[in-house]
Amino acid sequence: MARRILLEHDNVPGIETYDVYRKNGGYRSVEKALKKMTPQEVVDEVQKSGLRGRGGAGFPTGMKWSFLAKPDGVPRYLLCNADESEPGTFKDRYLMEKIPHLLIEGMIVSSFALGANLSFIYIRGEYMWVLEILEKAIAEAYANGFLGKNILGSGYDLDLRVAPGGGAYICGEETALIESLEGKRGNPRMKPPFPAVKGLWGCPTVVNNVESIAAVVPIINDGGDEYAKIGIGKSTGTKLISASGNLARPGVYEIELGLSVEEFIYGDDYCRGIANGKKLKACIPGGSSVPILPAHLVTKTAEGLDRLMSYESLAEGGFATGSMLGSGGFIVFDEDQCIVRNTWTFARFYAHESCGQCSPCREGTGWMEKVLNRLEHGQGNMRDIDLLAEINKKIEGNTICPLGDAAAWPVAAAIRHFREEFEWHVTNKEEAQTRNYGLLKASM
Amino acid sequence: MSNTHVDLSKRHSEKPVFSSEKMAEVQGIISQYPEGKHKSALIRILHIAEETFGGWLSIETMDYVAELLKIEPIEVYEVATFYTMFNLEPTGKFVFEVCRTGPCMLVGSDQIIEHIETTLDIKVGETTKDGMFTLKTAECLGACGYGPMLQCGKKYHEHLTKEKVNELIAAYRSGELPK
Repeated sequence: MARRILLEHDNVPGIETYDVYRKNGGYRSVEKALKKMTPQEVVDEVQKSGLRGRGGAGFPTGMKWSFLAKPDGVPRYLLCNADESEPGTFKDRYLMEKIPHLLIEGMIVSSFALGANLSFIYIRGEYMWVLEILEKAIAEAYANGFLGKNILGSGYDLDLRVAPGGGAYICGEETALIESLEGKRGNPRMKPPFPAVKGLWGCPTVVNNVESIAAVVPIINDGGDEYAKIGIGKSTGTKLISASGNLARPGVYEIELGLSVEEFIYGDDYCRGIANGKKLKACIPGGSSVPILPAHLVTKTAEGLDRLMSYESLAEGGFATGSMLGSGGFIVFDEDQCIVRNTWTFARFYAHESCGQCSPCREGTGWMEKVLNRLEHGQGNMRDIDLLAEINKKIEGNTICPLGDAAAWPVAAAIRHFREEFEWHVTNKEEAQTRNYGLLKASM
Repeated sequence: MSNTHVDLSKRHSEKPVFSSEKMAEVQGIISQYPEGKHKSALIRILHIAEETFGGWLSIETMDYVAELLKIEPIEVYEVATFYTMFNLEPTGKFVFEVCRTGPCMLVGSDQIIEHIETTLDIKVGETTKDGMFTLKTAECLGACGYGPMLQCGKKYHEHLTKEKVNELIAAYRSGELPK
């Protein structure tokens, strides 16, 4: 099942340079699209491919493109979301660092499809060295006639820029990203109007994740129908998975959607099992915002079916016994880990990253962090566990953007599956202050 | 949420001014945006200003950036206080930011932070007496599969162990920056 489409050439020496990239088949999709296709035909191929947004939401990319308003005389913009900040996710960084031209190629074809003449890659500020890699590659693309005026004599013009953020998770939310790109605080906007109608500088705008845009390259090269044959059901194509935590071989893997979770965790081609011969305790399969799964629900669903790496299978069982593919941030916990401590670090993350605009999120994330801090350090009581659930309900659905939900879900799931661990921190206050729950239980 | 505010007591003694070389770079960035949309260059210019003027943004630096972009100083303050990468007060020569979110915690970031605290004899948020190092913690830096890790300037140092941290500190002290 090891299928490499995006990362086919990631280990070719010099692939970050134009010459080597071109020799390995690079920029063919630009030639094909600009010389032989209309913008609408490019959109059609992407719709046929079944490609779903790879940033986390999984919304069909082709459909998103079809929503773009096209009023006469108004510029349209394509923004690439490279603000990768969901804990557990580092795949876009890998792709941009290793094969920057793949993203640039995808940006050219996608911008052409959308009729954008100025496009931006918005990258998280901490990835400053990746920004430098991208700018170097963009300069090469200009020098070789793939960017600028009248690309390949097609009459199509495109300028491509890179803009850094300043270390704010919220700027991965598309309207916050737009605000940030306008040189403002990253406060998400009310929707509607959606960016497809009113985005960057009030103009129609599409925001797509790095991996989604890169996937447009093989879709145009081989056709949307061919791409749709890869994967399983409505989970077409391949997905980059960022594997982290207590794995023998963490890292970025490209998988064909539909690969079994068992194979991904234990297979020789992938993570090769849990580090140091330990046992699997839990897994968060799609980045910190998605529900955690206890070991018995990781490789099998509640009904006993094999769990697959796909949008549908990972969600099987809903929030009661399932999770989500999300961004593909696959975080694995060995038996020594403390779920309460991990949940606290996530709550701290969301409290730190809330933009502060909506009271339920600003106050709620802060309270959740305080309560979890108390529990983790042996100062909580039983009522605190239910209090967390209460706070959750008051945040969920009551905010402008999904950060509030993203903060609430992991806490709710951790309590749902590991309640006894939270209770232990209350009933064993002294031990909770000095010992790690996971280590203690594993040694018994 | 960033709870920072602009501390008026923290100032630069002289007005910061970009060299002509830096100014060309800054103007190049401004010209990447359409006419009238130059405010979009703000975050990137703040990064450059911070790097150029001592690793932090003083009121004088922010006012200077506002002047360059022809925007109100408040427009710069509100951005500088929102984005946590910007330092609003002086730091040590090298700032170690250790990621401590879930995936890094699972592979030992707590122990790395403790080790740095002991080795440098400072707590998180403090600067060594010689002004060489400031220790901070950070939330997820996108290096989850390569943790524990820390960022120093533009550099990521990954797969950290206590020994590697010791080597790192020695290298920064001696001026031989690690690759």
